[in-house]
Amino acid sequence: MLAQAVETVQTPEVPWSLLWPFLFMAIGAVILVTLTSLAPILRERSFPAFYTAAMAVGSAVSLYWIWNRVEEAGGAIMVLDGAMSIDYFTLFIAAIISVSVFFSALFLDDYLRREGLDGPEWYVLVLLSASGGLMMAAAEDLIVTFLGLEILSIAVYVLAALHLRRTESQEAGFKYFVLGALSSAFFLYGIAMIYGATGSTRLGEIASALNQTNSRGLVPVEDSSMLLAGMALLLVGFGFKISAAPFHLWTPDVYEGAPTPIVGFMASAVKVAGFAGFARVFLSSFVTVGADWRPVVGAMAILSIIIGSFLAIKQTNVKRMLAYSSISHAGFILIGLYAAGSTDPGVATLGSRSVLFYLFAYAVMVCGSFGVATLVGQRGDGAHSLTDYVGLSSRRPILAGLLVVLLFAQAGIPFTSGFWAKFGVIEAAVRDERYELAAAAMIAAVVGAYLYLKVIVSMFLTDAAEEAEVDADASDDVAVAVGADGSIALAPAATVAIIGAVVATVLWGVLPDIGGDLLRQAATTFIR
Amino acid sequence: MMFAAEAAEAVSFPVLPALVLIPLITAALIGLLPAAREEYTRIVALAGSAITGAVSVYMLSEFASADGGFQFVVERDWISDLGLSLSFGVDGISLFLVVMTGILFPLGLLATTADHDAKAYHIWVMILMAGSMGVFMALDLLLFFMFFEIVLVPMYFLIGGWGHGNRVYAALKFFLYTMAGSALMMIGIIGLVFLTAQHTGDVTFDMRALSVATSNLTTAEGYLILGTFALAFAVKVPLFPLHTWLPDAHTEAPTIGSVILAGVMLKLGTYGFIRFGLYLLPEASHDLAPIFLTLGVIGIIYGAIVATVQKDLKRLIAYSSIAHLGFIILGIFALNSQGIQGAVLQMVNHGISTGALFILVGWIYERRHTREIAALSGLQKAAPLFAGVFTLVMLSSVGLPGLNGFAGEFLILLGAFSGARWWAVVATVGVILAALYLLWAYQRVFHGSADGENATMRDLGFSEFASILPLLALIVGMGVYPKPVLDRIEPAVDELIVHITDRVDGFEEPEPDAPAEHDQRDLLIEALHEAEERLEAKAEGE
Repeated sequence: MLAQAVETVQTPEVPWSLLWPFLFMAIGAVILVTLTSLAPILRERSFPAFYTAAMAVGSAVSLYWIWNRVEEAGGAIMVLDGAMSIDYFTLFIAAIISVSVFFSALFLDDYLRREGLDGPEWYVLVLLSASGGLMMAAAEDLIVTFLGLEILSIAVYVLAALHLRRTESQEAGFKYFVLGALSSAFFLYGIAMIYGATGSTRLGEIASALNQTNSRGLVPVEDSSMLLAGMALLLVGFGFKISAAPFHLWTPDVYEGAPTPIVGFMASAVKVAGFAGFARVFLSSFVTVGADWRPVVGAMAILSIIIGSFLAIKQTNVKRMLAYSSISHAGFILIGLYAAGSTDPGVATLGSRSVLFYLFAYAVMVCGSFGVATLVGQRGDGAHSLTDYVGLSSRRPILAGLLVVLLFAQAGIPFTSGFWAKFGVIEAAVRDERYELAAAAMIAAVVGAYLYLKVIVSMFLTDAAEEAEVDADASDDVAVAVGADGSIALAPAATVAIIGAVVATVLWGVLPDIGGDLLRQAATTFIR
Repeated sequence: MMFAAEAAEAVSFPVLPALVLIPLITAALIGLLPAAREEYTRIVALAGSAITGAVSVYMLSEFASADGGFQFVVERDWISDLGLSLSFGVDGISLFLVVMTGILFPLGLLATTADHDAKAYHIWVMILMAGSMGVFMALDLLLFFMFFEIVLVPMYFLIGGWGHGNRVYAALKFFLYTMAGSALMMIGIIGLVFLTAQHTGDVTFDMRALSVATSNLTTAEGYLILGTFALAFAVKVPLFPLHTWLPDAHTEAPTIGSVILAGVMLKLGTYGFIRFGLYLLPEASHDLAPIFLTLGVIGIIYGAIVATVQKDLKRLIAYSSIAHLGFIILGIFALNSQGIQGAVLQMVNHGISTGALFILVGWIYERRHTREIAALSGLQKAAPLFAGVFTLVMLSSVGLPGLNGFAGEFLILLGAFSGARWWAVVATVGVILAALYLLWAYQRVFHGSADGENATMRDLGFSEFASILPLLALIVGMGVYPKPVLDRIEPAVDELIVHITDRVDGFEEPEPDAPAEHDQRDLLIEALHEAEERLEAKAEGE
């Protein structure tokens, strides 16, 4: 009996040509480890960084052909026996994650040299983590989503703690690991509950189970407490990864302690992957029970925006400020997700579209912002207090100018991609006739703008005389910045990356419809 | 209409986008200049703004004055499936605001210098110019909103970086106050577009299409949407009680900041009330007019009284702006042709006179390093030309007949008297108060005995006089002969009135006991001539 079962196990066919982005990330990581172990000379110089950047570019370029094949196939190709779906949504998210990996590689290169932390393991972990993110975006099965989540997370736990000489980094890694593991447990419980309620972990089957109440003899309405518990636990798991309130508490501490280029990766790729998984699971499976989860998502959205905006005001550490701002951004994206869960296809399309555009714009902005923070942090990665930004406009006018664009973009000022991102989610909310959601978000965003203005005031509007005063007030912060030698080196790779981020932010701010057809196609992925 | 078509053909290049792009290109050029040669930035900025000004004047010359619709219209798809387009156009209402912007910027640059960081200063000024131009020309609701918001950024940096005293506080207050005001406006715009689309099936942000489509809105929807717009505009105007950012921002801003803030940016609010209130939502504007009239009149009286007791010359002018803008609101919500024509004319007039006043006060500050009225005295003796120029500008601000301020104020009061009589009666008191606070301030600053530094204050130099002269010419020219200006404003305003009359049930342009319009115009011109003679007599007497 057992022998017979073993014989009949069929491994699903693997359509390699559709999985290029995964291969670039996962196999690319393995090859990098091998190469650098066999030929230690490759550990030197910038080889690992440019290798990683090349993998990101390769992954992004391969998307072009895959997109065409998906188009020929009518929008989605189920691969690996239906465990993953290669569709427009997957490819769009893959593009954003590739961009994020590319940025991270360029920031890491100089950072590691500056901190004396040579080693390819950083890049290997970034690539592995990105492959997990891609898996989450494509997963059509909750188990695969979980696998992706863990591959993504475990690599980042290590990355957060990888700055061996900074105890803050160790602390951040530990905190992130403990809380992350807890949230994974919640997530796993959620999967079990959903399985119990619907009899499957496949997203499509869950959806049909919820659609046809009699399929498999299960009536979800009767089992609704189990379904609700399952959805609630999944929300906790995703909420943690996207750092939405009330599951945000780890964010400021981890962002403050973790190595700055890695924070950029966490705030972009990890968050994008979290939202991708979130969107796929809830929009593929749970649209019919939207009345149950959407109010919770709406509440999380408002709470995130309010907490992210108001608590940021008191902060004096720029990395902590950006952490709170990333919480507030998560809230905005959740508003889009709320609208995407609508049963009205028009509203749902607008919602998905706003989520995708926001993720793209946000990933670029936040990468650029943390890129600037990486450079300003200086040797020791400790100069992140507001006082360290005083007079940046005269010391490094170009860097200050670039950061201003990125900060205004995050505040949603017109003619930046950040404006269109906010416009998209507000438009979706208004179309959904949730005016109170839109109004609360816009008002909290004004409070949030104060945070960005505060950084700008430090950079541009604080005199040397006032600076001395501020320094005296904040001597504790200055003590942290020991090791800073006072001059900020503009590493070429990082500077080019930041300029790239700013150019993209302004370009999509003025001409937001570049690639609009791709966005529109991707937005219809979950519309049935 | 034929005439308009011919005029449009005659212009072979897209004038309106050029008005936005030239300042932007100038800003980019300044950015490329070597940091060591800061003196060139001023020249490039002056050239760029002067070219933009020249293009705006060229546009004025090509403008078909009899056509009340939008001219020089340029349209380009932006996000077509969301109904967004990059569309620009001007009509008689926005025409002179664009030209005023084109004139005030080069003159403001000529009259002032950056005391440090000239490069960044000029970049911000040019970005501000591009934004200010765009906001008056945008025909797409969202494009308008974007320009409306983007001007905050350069102004924020100008106040915060080159301002006086409590500049960072003033800049933050200005930015957050204005942003908070317009936070709900975006929801209002999107709501307006989608609520109308439910009836017309056509999603568009185009102002012209929406002005028709909004007739489908229910009364409550109209009120709510107008509410979100009005909040944004009321902060900008500013209407009492949302004005508290203005005295701080005006006082701490560098001269160019004050000039543009008063001359151009406050007009975004009143312009917005005409375009987004009267034009897009005539029913709601008609119904809610008493609220705005009341707030406007409170602003007139309150601004005047508070201005009277100010100790700082710049703060005094700031409060006088609140009063003047109150008059403009009164004219707009009188909802008749004279009132709105007067309001549009007064927007331009206020820009010219208050701009000139801020330039003059800036020069006093440059010389005396104080703006405190108590510390200044008898300046007339050391600087007679300065005093003469100040007199003229101040009298224009008071609204003396024969100068530009009079024509606008007269038309506003005329319109308000038939459209909103009791408000007009109260507002008239403001005219008297304006004379009081300005003349009193003038008396304390320029008359009396001169001691210490006051006795040796440098008079106007040639270049200073040259930079203020065009404004003086406009003050006198538009005062004596406002007809060419009014001729271009009138068709657009009349179309607006027809639009309101069509849309609002039982609304008739209220002019029961007013004489026919031409008689009024003649009356005005007669009054102007009379006043001119009196002014000449007075000048001879002195």
